[in-house]
Amino acid sequence: MRVLPSGSTSLLVELDDLDDVLALYAALLDERPDGVVDIVPAARTLLLVTDPVAASLPDVERAVRSTTPRSDRRELGEVVEIPVQYDGEDLDDVASLWECDTAEVVRRHTDQEWTVAFCGFAPGFGYLTAPGDWDVPRRRSPRTAVPAGSVGLAGEFSGVYPRESPGGWQLIGRTELAVFDLSRDPPALLRPGNRVRFSDTGRS
Amino acid sequence: MTRRWLTVLTSGPLTTVQDVGRSGQGALGIGRSGACDRTSYRLANRLVGNDPDAAVLEVTFGGLALRADDGVVVVTTGARCADTPCHNAAIALTAGQELRLGAPATGLRTYLAVRGGVDVDPVLGSRSTDVLAGLGPPSVQDGARLPVGESGSPMPGVDVAPVKDPEGAELVVRVSPGPRRDWFTDDAWNCLVGQPYGVTSDSNRVGLRLEGEPLERARTGELSSEGMVRGALQIPPSGTPVLFLADHPVTGGYPVVAYVLDDDVDRCAQLRPGQTLRLRD
Repeated sequence: MRVLPSGSTSLLVELDDLDDVLALYAALLDERPDGVVDIVPAARTLLLVTDPVAASLPDVERAVRSTTPRSDRRELGEVVEIPVQYDGEDLDDVASLWECDTAEVVRRHTDQEWTVAFCGFAPGFGYLTAPGDWDVPRRRSPRTAVPAGSVGLAGEFSGVYPRESPGGWQLIGRTELAVFDLSRDPPALLRPGNRVRFSDTGRS
Repeated sequence: MTRRWLTVLTSGPLTTVQDVGRSGQGALGIGRSGACDRTSYRLANRLVGNDPDAAVLEVTFGGLALRADDGVVVVTTGARCADTPCHNAAIALTAGQELRLGAPATGLRTYLAVRGGVDVDPVLGSRSTDVLAGLGPPSVQDGARLPVGESGSPMPGVDVAPVKDPEGAELVVRVSPGPRRDWFTDDAWNCLVGQPYGVTSDSNRVGLRLEGEPLERARTGELSSEGMVRGALQIPPSGTPVLFLADHPVTGGYPVVAYVLDDDVDRCAQLRPGQTLRLRD
């Protein structure tokens, strides 16, 4: 663990990999150090944002260093099922990239359990990871408007667009499920540590 | 009690409702947002006896005109707009009275607080408009009617708050090394804290885009996205910094070489395009 300076109100904790990030994140959610107002997980880091009136950064650092990561964090993750109509505009491109047919792309996407690694890009946009080799390049020219509910792949990640936005991910399908809904508490369905299963609505 | 209202006659270049923002939701990809210049925001609420987290109007480069449909008490802080009778000093507006903010001589953002607060519906715990995420109330449009809340606190015994107007010339702020200081050479650091930066016109509530000599990296490769807070000086491939303000993205994939000290970020939020910023360690 490396604790890096991140301004007068925050600390950036750098870990070896995403598993370590999510295990420490789960532990810190259980026992949040005094004065920490926000914890933002990312691929290899956790940002701890403090209220400078209520916390000193050295105290927060000591608390983080003495926190035992939750080795059972995977079991703790809530399971979310996302029904997908696999008719995305880039499904054929992904299939030719992987040198397989589109049914195989769907099978690979639905076979694995995905984990929400972290959120970013837009409110409720979760970056999902799964075991295996998922290296998919972004589209050479991003779309100016990707419809809400689009399910895509990019790099090692899969994701669901919470609302219409520009985007360069390869689109393989779409879901009717609202992954971000202001009337729900919490509004985001895909929260760091949650486990995700995609299902093929075309097959049921 | 019946509601009191303000009617916006002209919203100017950009007026938004802002409060302390929505903290604690970064893990969901929801940024804090809130007033860009928190010092001026807090002062505005204090001067009309509001709760410290009451919503105000953040007026960008003046131009706001409004009518009090009922009797209200108002104040402006931050950038001092021309012809404003209530800067750093609360005044009462009677029903039907209008208030017109001219252009500020220095500074960019003016905070107009009304006693009782701007009582639009909160979104995820805050009345702030996040222009990047598209969360919160829409930006204030001509003709908008804004409800005014109730205030239980007494007015402070202050006639005029003695605060300086925002800097009109060069601004000097303090920085500390950021998490990715080691991605840059020592020459790059000296360049960062040695040269004057110009504030470009594509700056907004998300951040100030600065122009100057590009910084040299000590290493190549890409960084995984990581969380950041306001004050971050992120260095994109162009080598010139973006200084993040209130509506910055929750995570970013370019290295943060340094942070502007939190208290000094408020002063940066008053910088206009064309002004000069110097960073000192």
